[in-house]
Amino acid sequence: MLDLSPFWLTAKLAVITTVILLLIGIPLSYWLAYGKSKIKSAVEAIVSLPLVLPPSVLGFYLLVAFSPENSFGRFLDSYFDVRLVFTFGGLVVASLLYSLPFMVHPIRSGLKNLPITLKEAAFTLGKTKYTTLIKILLPNIKPSILTGVVLTFAHTVGEFGVVLMIGGSIPEETRVVAIAIYDEVQAMNYDAANVYAGILFGFTFLALLGVYLINHSFRKTNPLND
Amino acid sequence: MLLTAEGKLPLEISFQMEKGQFLALYGKSGAGKTTILRILAGLTKAETADIEVDGEVWENSAKKIFRLPQKRAVGFVFQDFALFPNLTVRENLDFALPKGGDKRVVDELLTMMELETLRNSRPQHLSGGQKQRVALARAIVRKPKLLLLDEPLSALDDEMRLKLQDYILKIHHTYQLTTLLVSHHLPEIFKLSDQVLVLDKGQPIKKGTPESVFSEDRISSKFKLTGEIVAIQKSDVVYTISVLAANTIIKVIATREEALGIQIGQKVWVASKAFNPMILKME
Repeated sequence: MLDLSPFWLTAKLAVITTVILLLIGIPLSYWLAYGKSKIKSAVEAIVSLPLVLPPSVLGFYLLVAFSPENSFGRFLDSYFDVRLVFTFGGLVVASLLYSLPFMVHPIRSGLKNLPITLKEAAFTLGKTKYTTLIKILLPNIKPSILTGVVLTFAHTVGEFGVVLMIGGSIPEETRVVAIAIYDEVQAMNYDAANVYAGILFGFTFLALLGVYLINHSFRKTNPLND
Repeated sequence: MLLTAEGKLPLEISFQMEKGQFLALYGKSGAGKTTILRILAGLTKAETADIEVDGEVWENSAKKIFRLPQKRAVGFVFQDFALFPNLTVRENLDFALPKGGDKRVVDELLTMMELETLRNSRPQHLSGGQKQRVALARAIVRKPKLLLLDEPLSALDDEMRLKLQDYILKIHHTYQLTTLLVSHHLPEIFKLSDQVLVLDKGQPIKKGTPESVFSEDRISSKFKLTGEIVAIQKSDVVYTISVLAANTIIKVIATREEALGIQIGQKVWVASKAFNPMILKME
């Protein structure tokens, strides 16, 4: 019988990561799109790092940082009783960093492509930044938000290197599908690996297909894309 | 500082408006007209600014006072209309209402601007003139102290322009607004404004009524039209100058000296002293 727990774990990880990143990503993207701070370029570079850095590098640094042997890990352990090495919590933190650009980039470019006068018009009508964001800006970049959500979700599902470094392969704790496939191949269980891989492949393809279909229909009705 | 095609130019200006006045800002593009509107609305920060409206200080650099755009009672009509695409016409106006504001204002404006039949349409289904009416109505919902119009009619054809000018006048008078219009369209300025301020490269060069600013004092003609030169042609010893005025091309004969002094695109007067115009009724 095929062990289904990696699927649940993967889904849980992806949902939690996506929800948290949506909440972090919107204000961060707003700041990156409209902010005038001097450190903006530095923050942009940090956000984009996971795109080019080998996942093992990120995983390695996180492993070192979170390790109870080191000061930051020890601090988390003794003050908050939090252990991020080889735990599900650690996977969430790693995923947040690793998938950050996939949420931030689409939303930021969505905001940047909106005419600046929409925001300014709302301001001159007496609306706060928050009201303007919720009522005007976000509803007009739905395709970008959807793209961010799906890419983040799919990218988290497809994580391997970071998870392996910081989480290892503990069943029902850190053994996500991508790791399970690797384990099965190592154990020469090609049939099980095949099933895991096939499901992952199908899911990822459908998720992306869904985004493109929905965005296509958005584009047809959205005047800003004329 | 003003960033223009000719490099950085200082923008220095000081002017006063009476309550209920309709002032036009006139000048070439890059003269700083739009920047002035944006500074008044708080959308652009000037190096130093001192803005007082109706006894309230909106901006005072010396005292480090800067009111956010939200806290300035302005109505701003943008060149690109800036209607919210996710909201219907009615919702665009409702959005402008302050919390607990009287919804009857919106109904009144929809009626006045003849937008009732379009109330449930989205902006993308409206024509340019309709969009502009919505933008105007939306800017008035909050009953602003200052209405700022940034070349509101430049994207419209002439017929639409004339109609929209009537709407602007109607709104200006009904709500007793103080209005500042940016325009480089002389007929529009004559029709709408009672004062005009001419800007050039960030500096004010003339202020007064449109008549006094744009007419040379010496002309005492019986008939005057403002127009724009569209063509200069040499025919034998004289020149034929075509002027677009009041939607018609008027051909005027000029001597070589006169023709050399003007260029295509220049705004001019077409004046005639001794002739007897006839008025014919249109169907």
